[in-house]
Amino acid sequence: MTTSYKVMPGPEHFLPPSAASMGIRLPDPGQAHIHGTIVSEEEAMEQAARQFLSAKVPTIFPGPLVLWAWNDKAAKKAKAIRYLYETIKESVDSSQHAMLIPMPDYRPKYPKINPEIEINPNHPNLTIWHNKIDACMFVGVHCHQANLSLKIIRGGTNCYTIAMCAQAGHEDAMLSFRDATAEKILRLADWVKKLKGSVAPPA
Amino acid sequence: MAAQASFIGQKNKKGQVYSDPWHMMNEAPRTPSFFTGSEVIKEAVRRASCDMMVAYPITPQSEAAALCGELFAEGYIGDYFRGESEFAVMSQCAGAAFGGARVFTTTAGPGTMRAMENFPMWAGARLPIQMIVTCRGINSPLSIQPDTLEISYLMQTGMLVWHAETAQDFYDWILKGYMVSEEPDVHLPLALCCDGFFVTHTKDMVDLTPVDMCLPPYDPYRSPVPCMDMECPPVRMMRDPFVMKSNYISYATHASWQQEVWAAVERSRKHTIRWMDGLIETENTDADVIVVASGTAVSQSREAVAMLEEEGIRVGLVKVKTLRPWPGEEIREATKHAKHIIVPEFNVIGWLAREVSATVQNNERIHAGPHVCGGMTMPPEIIVAEIKTVLGIKAPSLAGRGG
Repeated sequence: MTTSYKVMPGPEHFLPPSAASMGIRLPDPGQAHIHGTIVSEEEAMEQAARQFLSAKVPTIFPGPLVLWAWNDKAAKKAKAIRYLYETIKESVDSSQHAMLIPMPDYRPKYPKINPEIEINPNHPNLTIWHNKIDACMFVGVHCHQANLSLKIIRGGTNCYTIAMCAQAGHEDAMLSFRDATAEKILRLADWVKKLKGSVAPPA
Repeated sequence: MAAQASFIGQKNKKGQVYSDPWHMMNEAPRTPSFFTGSEVIKEAVRRASCDMMVAYPITPQSEAAALCGELFAEGYIGDYFRGESEFAVMSQCAGAAFGGARVFTTTAGPGTMRAMENFPMWAGARLPIQMIVTCRGINSPLSIQPDTLEISYLMQTGMLVWHAETAQDFYDWILKGYMVSEEPDVHLPLALCCDGFFVTHTKDMVDLTPVDMCLPPYDPYRSPVPCMDMECPPVRMMRDPFVMKSNYISYATHASWQQEVWAAVERSRKHTIRWMDGLIETENTDADVIVVASGTAVSQSREAVAMLEEEGIRVGLVKVKTLRPWPGEEIREATKHAKHIIVPEFNVIGWLAREVSATVQNNERIHAGPHVCGGMTMPPEIIVAEIKTVLGIKAPSLAGRGG
């Protein structure tokens, strides 16, 4: 299916379509996508690093799969995520505010969550709005819940979404990696370091 | 995939080797065997590394449930039991799949309808259960004969729906079905349908993969939702504000959830094309008349195409293999030159014709029929007659042959 649809920052619609239903296809192993176009992983690495460096509030949302050390790989990934966060924090200027906000579980929480300390897949826009997050990365979130969140964010906010997915990737993110490993996350940190100082901070 | 790959080369308790699925299905030697469709189901399940089968006995429509019981007795299925009704069966299948098991079941006709509430639930919960549907009449007065009306209901559930033509399709697609439906970006239940009796009770030559090879076990850690998390949706569905609150956020979340299920159906396209060599099969697509069919209507149409060929009338054929995902683009391309599109079906409403009609341009080209239902056969002669009528050629009435 050929499509002219692009997965772009919103707010897109009262109820935006899933990107898959608009003909966006997931990358194959070794690839990534940017706005729904298949690209090399390195190109996506560079673009993701640029998004972090140019955002006012670059944020990482780690999910349950990396928040608990349920196996060695999860623990290794968690360390890599922490390192990426520290790298972003060190690489942005004083007008920017890097954040690390967990998605600890998927329960709908009412009357409302505390958006300063967590994000919830059922109303992720609350955390985005409250903290004025303009670029974020999901990692360690189960794929169904990640797609739910990414689509709701695209529908109601102008946040640039990145997915570091351990499985097949997410077409509902504006940029998505697949088959995430600790090494891949560290490579992204290397890209942030490499581009430090070469990307204009937000006006 | 890594976890599954680690099993390859190891043996299960029956001495079968967990094999690379692509090698097993496409490269390993095949043995021609003469089996009924029901027996073919048993042979596929023998090689599918199923953890659990739950069934309500559906004999005489198909003996598959009873035959799979024998497989359990032989040690090829992890666990097996009979539910008290089809509704109970499908609910129990959900429980097993929530717990991380590879689950198989089979049903037909009124049983499918009785269990219907479960199917959108399976899809919404992203449970890759495989259900064989040996279609039969569903309306009163009851019939155990083939009729594909139940498929039209399954097509709206969010499940993958495939329609097998032959016992060979059935054998291959049961095994390939698990490979597609368990992909983490898909992870949906599969309704693998056939026209009951015609496929289940008749014997056919089927090329079987080696009996000492089987699929690697299901890896629930690749699931897009947490396995057996009692605190979160989809396992915990009631009592939470997610379903009990009336506000925009609850509605929007639920709407996005539904969209995600259908997005997963779309994602299955890529994997299905790879495993099934396309969503459709075609021949003579440059002909003025094209028949579009699924299930055993394809076999009858193939006969009709051959009969017309002998009379010098060239007709094309599109075999629709998957109904969900729907091969819209493929059908548009295959029928773009056709002046007439004939859609024969084994049901009274013509659901396939409606789908095709919503797919192609200039849908006045579509001729919905011939239809048979309630267990009637579809002689190729009535497809021939339909085509001749469309072409303005006088055709004898088959119904008048005994006169």
